[in-house]
Amino acid sequence: MTWFLDHLDDVAQLTKSHLFLAAVPLVIGLLLAIPLGWAAQRYRWLRGPLVAGTGLLYTLPSLAVFILLPGLLGTQILDPVNVLIAMTIYTVALLVRTVADGLDAVPSEVRLAATAMGYRGLRRLFGVELPLAVPVIAAGLRVAAVSNVSIVSVAALIGVPQLGSLFTDGFNRDFLDPIVVGIVACVGLALLLDLAVVTGARVLTPWQRAGGRP
Amino acid sequence: MIANLIAWLADPAHHGDILTRTLEHLQYSLVATLLAALVAIPLGLWIGHTGRGAVAVVGIAGSARAIPSLGLLYLVVLWLGPKIGGDLAFYIPNMIVLVVLAIPPILSGTYAGIAGVDPAAGDAAKGMGLRGGQVLTQVEIPCALPLIFSGVQSALLQVIATATIAATAGMGGLGRFLIDGLAVRDYAQMAGGAVLVAALALAVDLLLSLVRRYATSPGISGRFTTHSRSTDDSPDHTADAPVPVSS
Repeated sequence: MTWFLDHLDDVAQLTKSHLFLAAVPLVIGLLLAIPLGWAAQRYRWLRGPLVAGTGLLYTLPSLAVFILLPGLLGTQILDPVNVLIAMTIYTVALLVRTVADGLDAVPSEVRLAATAMGYRGLRRLFGVELPLAVPVIAAGLRVAAVSNVSIVSVAALIGVPQLGSLFTDGFNRDFLDPIVVGIVACVGLALLLDLAVVTGARVLTPWQRAGGRP
Repeated sequence: MIANLIAWLADPAHHGDILTRTLEHLQYSLVATLLAALVAIPLGLWIGHTGRGAVAVVGIAGSARAIPSLGLLYLVVLWLGPKIGGDLAFYIPNMIVLVVLAIPPILSGTYAGIAGVDPAAGDAAKGMGLRGGQVLTQVEIPCALPLIFSGVQSALLQVIATATIAATAGMGGLGRFLIDGLAVRDYAQMAGGAVLVAALALAVDLLLSLVRRYATSPGISGRFTTHSRSTDDSPDHTADAPVPVSS
């Protein structure tokens, strides 16, 4: 506890970097997954390759990805960009399927009614289908948010500073305090991001709170 | 860069090490997943069948994901290692963490599989004279098999990923190439290890997907149906849901 109080500033700084490395890819990943998920849902032949292909990316161990990306991109191994890109890949891997499933869950009557009211193409997608898919997409986004926070900490092994640095620091010095503080801060950050996604989804779906039928 | 990587992988001097490390990695992963399955599958069957403790399962599965595996590994190794001492001072604490991390995905997959079985199927089985235990083994488990398998699959993949970083906490396995290469800035060795561990994860994933497909009852997977059927309502569709692997 005294260790924590003595290093409050350091922990705050590491938490900020951690939040940045976990949250930015979440937003970019969502923006990339929406068109991909839409394509997978719209064109049946694309669904298998897109969903299975992005799903396979998720099986790659994070440390391997952190090490291989600099070689593939020509970046420096310590560059935080590698972590941002790796986390974006993981986010997309989780969300393409979620977006496709969310759009699947839009009842076909609703789609027909929207078409009859003159909604077509992108206007129907953004005005009707995506809003109705928000609960399903949010559920996937929550999983991605929480697991991103956990995966980012592995980047401490390649020397990118964030809360995971507390783990390596504590382990190298045979000292438990930083490790415990790091775990608590990681879990806290994961809960915070989770809460942010839940709140965002609630704001975007006012009809779910009204108690009426959607 | 890529040439160095290929040269490292192709160098016969490394092949003995590569084989040993791959086998070590597989051994850790399979033992940890098996031990986790021995705990999680019976528990998941019981919870799914009786409905007791369902809220706890959902909570555990969700919150387990938030725990950073690297921190947990270091915490348990530093804390338990000196108490155990000897040759197993690193092996046992690391294995404990791998088993603990593998339990939630198997537990939630098994629970979700059993709880998601259409109650009408259970009622029909009871109507045909099956008892509680028989309904579980002859109807509910076969119906839940795709989800149980995908729980085991995601647990195994998570363990493979975590076993890689466990190399920094004194374990062997393919992670050694990544960590030792990192220590001496030997990029070819690091990248070679990374390629091997990624290949291992992909191979295990594909193999288990095939096993799952062929272990599932034809009536469930729709594999042998001849009449046309929308792929959207095949239960296998949900069984393929991505299962998060952290670390």
